[in-house]
Amino acid sequence: MSDCSVAVLKAEGALLLLGNEAVARGCLEAGVKVAATYPGTPSSEVGTTLERVADKAGIYFEYSVNEKVAMEVCGAAAASGFRAFTFMKHVGLNVASDALMTLIYSGTRAGLVVMSADDPSCHSSQNEQDNRLFAKFAMMPMLEPSTPREAKEMTVEAFRLSEDLEMPVLLRTTTRVSHARGIVPLAPLRSDVPPRRFEKDPGRFVTIPANARANRLKLIARMKKALELSELSPFNFTSGRGKVGVITSGIAYTYAAEFLGEAEILKLGFTNPPPEKRIADFVSRKESVIVVEELEPYLEDEVLRIAKERGIATPIYGKRTGHLPRAFEFSPDTVLGLRSLVKVKDVPEALGPSSLRLPSRPPVLCAGCPHRATYYAVKLALGKREAVFSSDVGCYSLGIQPPLHTADFLLCMGSSVGAAGGVSQVTDQKVVAFIGDSTFFHAGVPGLINAVFNDHPFLLVILDNGTTAMTGHQPNPATGRDFGGKRTEGVDFEALVRGCGVHFVRTTDPFDIKKTKETVREALEFEGVSVVVAKHPCPLLLRKGKRLETFPHNIDQEKCVRCYTCVRKFSCPALSIKEEAVSIDPSLCIGCGCCAQVCPKGAIGVVR
Amino acid sequence: MGGQGVLLASAVLGSAALEEGKEVVMSELHGMAQRGGSVVATVRIGEGVLSPLIPSGGANLLLGFEPAESLRAIQCASKSTSIVVNVHPIVPIQVSLGLEAYPPVERILEEFARLSDLLYPIDALSVARESGSEMAVNSVLLGAVCAVKAFPLSKDTVQEELIRRVPRQSRNINETAFSLGHEKIRSLLSEQVQSPSTD
Ligand code: SF4
Ligand code: SF4
Repeated sequence: MSDCSVAVLKAEGALLLLGNEAVARGCLEAGVKVAATYPGTPSSEVGTTLERVADKAGIYFEYSVNEKVAMEVCGAAAASGFRAFTFMKHVGLNVASDALMTLIYSGTRAGLVVMSADDPSCHSSQNEQDNRLFAKFAMMPMLEPSTPREAKEMTVEAFRLSEDLEMPVLLRTTTRVSHARGIVPLAPLRSDVPPRRFEKDPGRFVTIPANARANRLKLIARMKKALELSELSPFNFTSGRGKVGVITSGIAYTYAAEFLGEAEILKLGFTNPPPEKRIADFVSRKESVIVVEELEPYLEDEVLRIAKERGIATPIYGKRTGHLPRAFEFSPDTVLGLRSLVKVKDVPEALGPSSLRLPSRPPVLCAGCPHRATYYAVKLALGKREAVFSSDVGCYSLGIQPPLHTADFLLCMGSSVGAAGGVSQVTDQKVVAFIGDSTFFHAGVPGLINAVFNDHPFLLVILDNGTTAMTGHQPNPATGRDFGGKRTEGVDFEALVRGCGVHFVRTTDPFDIKKTKETVREALEFEGVSVVVAKHPCPLLLRKGKRLETFPHNIDQEKCVRCYTCVRKFSCPALSIKEEAVSIDPSLCIGCGCCAQVCPKGAIGVVR
Repeated sequence: MGGQGVLLASAVLGSAALEEGKEVVMSELHGMAQRGGSVVATVRIGEGVLSPLIPSGGANLLLGFEPAESLRAIQCASKSTSIVVNVHPIVPIQVSLGLEAYPPVERILEEFARLSDLLYPIDALSVARESGSEMAVNSVLLGAVCAVKAFPLSKDTVQEELIRRVPRQSRNINETAFSLGHEKIRSLLSEQVQSPSTD
């Protein structure tokens, strides 16, 4: 909720904070000077919080064009002696990893913390990769909070750790930690950061091969020291009592601590490198051990190795033994399912399930969403011609739903453009790619240049709704920024696209369905790559800024012939059929006027 | 729309608990889940609560903003869970498209009643209208939930936290909505006391 964003500056006491807000607070207590991100669920609220308080707190915060750039901005700021924080969703770390894998070699001067918010169960993501493996792969110390309170404490500690070890530290959360809300006790804010300069040290910071080799040896030495710190860390602790041992981390700890009985729990918060001696000691004291963690058997494999190396014969249960699932997030039910291995808490028997068949309720494009109008116009322009739709990451991937069906292929940020090149090159099918404004800047531009360079014939539709909508309406390079005491001008799409060498580029307002259809038809006939910019602001953005003017529409039941074109082909969620009559829900309709254009009988109009 | 209501209600309950000095943990979902999909938020209040999620059968109270969605979430409830449910349906687009069917609301309520003896249905939309605005549905439901026996917080704290969050000009409407919602469930409860259910 928005009032927490300012409350986050409160001097003392406690606050009820979202995990992500707690991380933002941690940054303020740690005296962070620079923060940069590219928005992505479930990490976004760290940014929406910092965006609002940056000015007052004396922090420089930016939405970078993508995660790699954010990593570079922060890496260099930390090398200049300022504490820096970069945060992103799990797949964002893939984008940033090119910078990160080498940054870890040259290390840092001031604290540098990287947060990865993973998304088990793919609530808002295209995969559920476990970024703890990134910590291992990159050789990066890692802290894993379980609660909002720990999220704040670990953020502060991660900076200390990073300076101790002179290397970046990973703070790894998951959806259920980032989006849990809990009580967080506050410590004083720190904002007295003195000015500094970048002190040159090319032997360390210029990673040519000779320096890389020296840095590699230093990295291994640093990880050795990190192991010593992990053995001593108060974030690794035991609780409870029992012959059965449970080793756990992250959100799974909260389920184990509350719903398992008669077990001793080794809770790991410093999970890379894991504390080997502590684990060995714990496992050797127990009759059996269960490793309870979401996603990959990351800790479990470490525990198995550590036990094997020391000849400890305690049986170890978890994913490798089939007692816990590898896919999807855990819940209290998951640990209650461990009855055969350990005593579990009594919970009343659940009701149901009900045998009544309920309709599904997938997410859909909002009422008055300009993307729906663009999709509708593109389909009209195609007519009976078949096309392959290459889609991208954002609200508009919801075009996959009926009746639009405007998504056939999607991988990751920016993939619509590269993939369109692949299909259009090898088949004779028409290819239409869709990409949002923010996503286009993030990773779509190289794909477009590639299409010009290699002459791929397809149509790219840039869905310019003036915001990064799905993640909470952040600004992007096309809108320019206006926060944190800095104002910039937006990048012009047509100029950028022409500059890439595209000869056909037109801008159209999707709420003019006829004109958009004609523009798209021309673009489809153009030989080579063509670009249409469908420009209309997201109504939710306008509503947030109190700039939304609504013109609620209704239906003249006399004129309506109940062909249901508006409902079944256009499918605005404000439209529904009740006892055969079509009606418009006035609380949802914003009055974009599209259904009125779609109606063949002119039965829809503004309420008078 | 519904999603925003769920998030507002859980924020109100959470801060009311904090206000009363109780421990509280909550879970919410943001992002893709907020585009008209079904939204579940959980609030756990009590000493030593850590897990933001509730096990199946572990909820003391289920507050449903929409009948079909509430029935979908029935597994969090047990025989001893009080269930307050708004009977006004929000029909998903899949149904308007003719791809799926929405069962009659009476059928959904029958199903609830078959499973639970602690069901408190309320037509929150009509009550909101009665209080002066259809937008006050959330306030009606929050008032309603405060009336059930299992409710662990004081009604006044919840009302204060709610009113703090609504725009000044609609405070009166929301206060009325809250009180009317509360009254509706109170009268349902007294009916129950007068005519004990015959199993
Ligand atoms: S398209 Fe027009 S005539 Fe057909 S159902 Fe919709 S409003 Fe009625
Ligand atoms: S005018 Fe029609 S299409 Fe636009 S929001 Fe209202 S009902 Fe939906």
